[in-house]
Amino acid sequence: MLSAVNLTLWRGYQCLFENLSFSVGAGEGLLIRGRNGSGKTTLLRVLCGLTRPEAGEVWWRDEPTERCRLEFGRELAWCGHHTGLKTDLSIAQNLEFAASFADLAPDCWREPVAELGLENSLSLPVRYLSAGQQRRAALARVLISPARLWIMDEPFANLDVAGRGYIEARLAGHLAGGGLAVLAAHHDLADSGAFRRLQLGDSE
Amino acid sequence: MNLGRAMLAVLRRDLQLAYRRWGDVASPLMFFAIVTALFPLALSPRAEDLQAIGPGVLWIGALLAMLLSLNALFRQDLEDGSMELLVIGPQPLPLIMLCKSVGHWLVAGLPLIALAPVLAVTYHLPVDAVLALCATLLLGTPTLSLLGSVGAALTAGVRQSGGLLALLVLPLCLPVLMFGARATALAGDGEDITGPLFLLAAFLVLAVSLVPVTAAAAIRVSLD
Repeated sequence: MLSAVNLTLWRGYQCLFENLSFSVGAGEGLLIRGRNGSGKTTLLRVLCGLTRPEAGEVWWRDEPTERCRLEFGRELAWCGHHTGLKTDLSIAQNLEFAASFADLAPDCWREPVAELGLENSLSLPVRYLSAGQQRRAALARVLISPARLWIMDEPFANLDVAGRGYIEARLAGHLAGGGLAVLAAHHDLADSGAFRRLQLGDSE
Repeated sequence: MNLGRAMLAVLRRDLQLAYRRWGDVASPLMFFAIVTALFPLALSPRAEDLQAIGPGVLWIGALLAMLLSLNALFRQDLEDGSMELLVIGPQPLPLIMLCKSVGHWLVAGLPLIALAPVLAVTYHLPVDAVLALCATLLLGTPTLSLLGSVGAALTAGVRQSGGLLALLVLPLCLPVLMFGARATALAGDGEDITGPLFLLAAFLVLAVSLVPVTAAAAIRVSLD
């Protein structure tokens, strides 16, 4: 359903990848590995349509994403290196915004937030929260979205063991339900059965 | 997909943020008040002189205050990653950019229009000129917000972009400044200003229809 066709990307004078092609089908995950600076984040941004590759295309279903941006946006949940949370607003305000923006039920975020253990910090401005709590709030935004494709950049950064376990379980559930996931991560997943690996550059 | 709900959500969040960071909202207003208060002190306190320079000074003050507030329009959105989510989201980006401009105008433009009559009184402007000033600002400041959003989108990724932003945006704002200030002065002399008002309205319509698409393209470039 998601495929990369002959992607080539340069950053400055450095070629990050050339003629990279892969595809991810329904129920499949892709785990992108590589050293720091090997282009993992850039590749994810290319997949999302945030960065233009020098050559090549990303296809979603049967169309290049350039041509079906809004349809692709409807089925895409992105959790980048930046949390995308407004630090002056509370978690509740941030997630209410996310729900309205994606046209979901106004209180659909309550359940994942409770499971992520954020209930007690709902009304605090996000900047008062720890990095791990902020990451949890950002992930809650992905968890509430009905998107078919999850693209996550280092989703486990700053998370504790319980948080990792919960997110991994939700990922497994998402894939079992026919979803797709593309992750960049430094650690292997505990249960990486449904995940294929893509190595960028030399192995670590 | 409910577009109206998403657009309202974007607007609402920007207003919530402005409420939380009211200092950022107040400083352009302070700037406007201080700059316009300094001219009589430096030039001349005579009523005739003040009436002559008043429309120009008030309009320049308003323009610069708007410019000052534009600087940070997308900076925060870019830094915390929320702009990425708006760009790849399921809503048409030009309409989202239009919402951002509307939010900016509500926070930066509308208070200027409320403050302008008070400052106009210190310039001994006649009632007709004060009304004209409010009318021209009401039509002109939304155009400035929109034009500025293109510059702010282009320079959002640049450090210390204030000067660059002014260079990019000021030339585009000149017609609005000229017609706004001139119409205010003419109204003070008792002349009919329907013509300039229609022209300002035409600028606004043109900006509303063309600018959001341009700003959307510009922010995509900034994110790349």
